[in-house]
Amino acid sequence: MTAAPLPYRVVGNRAESTDTRTLELEPAGEALTGFRPGRFAMLYAFGVGEIPVSVAGLRHGVLSHTVRGVGAVSRALCAMRPGAQVGVRGPFGTEWDLASADGDLLVVAGGIGLAPLRPLVRAALSEPEAHGRLNVLIGARTPQDLLYRRELAAWGRPYCGVTVDRPAPGWEGEVGVVTALLDRASFTPQDTTAFLCGPEVMIRATARELRHRGIPPERIRISLERNMHCATGHCGHCQLGPLLLCRDGPVVGYDRAEPLLAVREL
Amino acid sequence: MRHAGVLAALREGPRARLLALGREVSFAAGTRIFEEGERADRFWIIRNGTVNLDIHVPGRPAAVVDTLGPERLLGWSWLCPPHQWHLGAEAVGQVRAWEFDAAEVLSLCKDDHELDHELLSYVVEVIGRRLRAARTRLLDLYGPYGSGPQP
Repeated sequence: MTAAPLPYRVVGNRAESTDTRTLELEPAGEALTGFRPGRFAMLYAFGVGEIPVSVAGLRHGVLSHTVRGVGAVSRALCAMRPGAQVGVRGPFGTEWDLASADGDLLVVAGGIGLAPLRPLVRAALSEPEAHGRLNVLIGARTPQDLLYRRELAAWGRPYCGVTVDRPAPGWEGEVGVVTALLDRASFTPQDTTAFLCGPEVMIRATARELRHRGIPPERIRISLERNMHCATGHCGHCQLGPLLLCRDGPVVGYDRAEPLLAVREL
Repeated sequence: MRHAGVLAALREGPRARLLALGREVSFAAGTRIFEEGERADRFWIIRNGTVNLDIHVPGRPAAVVDTLGPERLLGWSWLCPPHQWHLGAEAVGQVRAWEFDAAEVLSLCKDDHELDHELLSYVVEVIGRRLRAARTRLLDLYGPYGSGPQP
């Protein structure tokens, strides 16, 4: 981890949807180490600004970050062509900690929340003997907004389900909320570890349903997001009650997060 | 046999008495099971396959608003006035289901208060769950700004 951003070079920029792109970055000099699924980097578009972005892929020293262009910095990042330079600080925050998940795995993602979960799914697929059944449940706004479409077919072990809010003509998949897919997943609740990322309303609804089905709260890991600025736990912008999410998160156990998410406007 | 959905919600006795009224049916892919506005005089418990629920949009293809899979209850409009389907339903692939005549079930429930209570409780729960899901989706959670403007 460094205080100053290190230069990375854009080596890939792939469209995922109309407003979302996946950047692949390789170090232009010194490389940052210690990235794990769940952790995040601060990406600096020179002359524009810096934003936190979760790691969406880790392969052969290349960092993947999926960015939705909704603000000045994220749009600048999305517009970067191969060869452009970006500043990277990190890694920051807590990880999903797949190694401690000994039973079945249940991954539930909503919208761009799939991005931080993608390296976790890839890691689980790479060591199938280390875990039980892998279920991946994905909710998206429309079929066109679905991320990593080319990879999804390989993710079901035994189940990878997708549901959308607004189907397009020709869509033959599910329509509705992501919790409706739980009936199709195969897992033993008391031995399952769940990994949730997406809008907090979705996270709360899903976590409640998982609790109802018997998954202990400490086995439900969620990724939370607040306004991260310094990423080192000093500025306090990302405070959630007693937590500074850039340092104590973004991945938090639901046993800690549940009471905090119940507080209005926290 | 392990049950889920509506069959799991009923205890063994009421479940058996309800299933005694059911008959097995199947729908080929693309079959319109019911149409919005038609008289709702039956319901189904899906055994295999998937059913899309849709809303008629004049001049355009019907908009699919929900999907129901195995063990789910298809149809609750038979239970309360005006006894008309407020959505349409279409089989996505081959669908097998138990079909129930609403009048027969309601007649049985008049004398069988155990079934009446358990079935009604389940249907109300289903309606509540679908209402919550619909309200959640009103937030457009996956849109660029999620559940509304940020502070």
